Amino acid sequence: MSYLIGDTIFGGYGGADILHGCTVAVEKGEIAVIVGPNGAGKSTAMKALLGMLTVREGSVRLDGKDITSLSPQDRVSEGMAFVPQTNNVFAGMTVQENLEMGAYLRRDDITETMEQIFSLFPILGEKRRQLAGELSGGQRQQVAVGRALMTKPSVLMLDEPTAGVSPIVMDELFDRILEVRATGIAVLMVEQNARQALEIADRGYVLVQGENKYTDTGAALLADPEVRKSFLGG
Amino acid sequence: MVDLLNAIVLMLNFVIIPATSYGAQLALGALGVTLVYGILRFGNFAHGDTMAFGTMFTIFFTWLFQGLGLSLGVLPTALLALPFGIAVTALYAVSMDRVVYRHYRFKRSAPVILTIASVGVMFVTNSFVRFMIGTNEQRFSDGQKFIIKAREFKEWSGLSEGLKLKTTEALTIVVAGMAVAALFWFLQRTRMGKAMRAYSDNEDLALLSGINPERVVMVTWIITAALATLAGVLFGLDKSFKPFTYFQLLLPIFAAAILGGVGNPLGAIAGGFVVAFSEVMVTYPYKKFLKYMMPENLEPSGLMQLLTVDYKFAVSFIILVAVLLIKPTGLFSGKVIRA
Repeated sequence: MSYLIGDTIFGGYGGADILHGCTVAVEKGEIAVIVGPNGAGKSTAMKALLGMLTVREGSVRLDGKDITSLSPQDRVSEGMAFVPQTNNVFAGMTVQENLEMGAYLRRDDITETMEQIFSLFPILGEKRRQLAGELSGGQRQQVAVGRALMTKPSVLMLDEPTAGVSPIVMDELFDRILEVRATGIAVLMVEQNARQALEIADRGYVLVQGENKYTDTGAALLADPEVRKSFLGG
Repeated sequence: MVDLLNAIVLMLNFVIIPATSYGAQLALGALGVTLVYGILRFGNFAHGDTMAFGTMFTIFFTWLFQGLGLSLGVLPTALLALPFGIAVTALYAVSMDRVVYRHYRFKRSAPVILTIASVGVMFVTNSFVRFMIGTNEQRFSDGQKFIIKAREFKEWSGLSEGLKLKTTEALTIVVAGMAVAALFWFLQRTRMGKAMRAYSDNEDLALLSGINPERVVMVTWIITAALATLAGVLFGLDKSFKPFTYFQLLLPIFAAAILGGVGNPLGAIAGGFVVAFSEVMVTYPYKKFLKYMMPENLEPSGLMQLLTVDYKFAVSFIILVAVLLIKPTGLFSGKVIRA
């Protein structure tokens, strides 16, 4: 019984199905990565878990509770946090205000969580008074992840967090994501950089045309000659 | 030397002071337009008539208080009536949102549809105001008229030009300054204000952060109604109240909001002053000023007026068109109004 699971999901954005019986699950303290070719439905699978598309068949369960019919906002208050791929910060607001907005639903003292995020991403502490829109791509991604973590979520979902950042920044972001996992949060990512993402993944899903093609631990997928040949460039 | 002082007093009297208070009134109006655009993402054509609505109710309450014998001494009674006018207008704006705009918001209609809907609201509000108070001019300023009187200034300084400062002009600048400070404090420091900025900045992310859009919209309408009433009452105290004039104010107000960069509150304020100063400076006859400043034999024979006052709206219109052609994001890089 996984902590968060999208179980044999069929669905799409209203028209034809994009997902054809796709299953994605993640445990607490674990990183699950969804990889696959373009148009495989990777982001769509994640959006299904978040409630941003019509699930025609199948169910989404969080901690054993069926949340298939909840709106994205309600899922956020249930402890799911989502970092969109683009437009994922409030560009006209300072780093600190971005974090405050992340904690909008919380009525308790947020200074402690904010300190935790500043120790996880020290650069954000230095630039707390700067506008998020003025930061570099990598720093902006850190703001986006920090904002999502402000709700103290139990699940963190990241849609291609390393899109458009340099390889060095990517390595650093993955290091931070490992630290997030260490706090016991379930991390689910969609990644374009499949090889590097599978290296840190406890569980990997290779999707092709909305279906699970391969599912295994990250290391096993990396070792699988079929997966290497078809998806990792040899 | 005396000539120079006379010229300065002349400019203060007929350009700088009137343009500053008119600029403050436009700035308050443009702030309302810019807030609605930033949060609800449409150009609100009903804003001028919302100003008229708010001013009308403030006038009604002023008459009521005058009838009851209440007054603020040297200050206009309208200041006492202002909170009541704002309350009625806020109620009106929120109900208009419930009845008209919410429907299109839920349907996620294009901004142009909301703008056209606001034209409808404009006509309804406009007719309602004319029906209630009539189309004639109303003067509702009481209390002391001048802070500095021209004659007293002349006697005191010995200059041939007298400096005057109307109570309503000083009041406009002080009250507008306080309102703007309060608005910025609200937007920068409070939870709700930050949520409004977040919603304006990135709607999807604001929803993901749990910000309730309907609450944001309601607070926006209340603030907009307050700003509109304030702008309308200050304008009416300074000049006079006439429904048609308020409808016409829509043009300079939109010019100010777009010039400053629509969606940007700071830009709206700057835009208000630029439009006001342009309008006053282009329509002011400089003959007397040049007489003081130039050697005697070079004094101009004409009025030295670029445009008669009747054409003052051309100034706003030219600014509006020029900004849209040259820099549609405005001076402070706001958003671009899209259909």
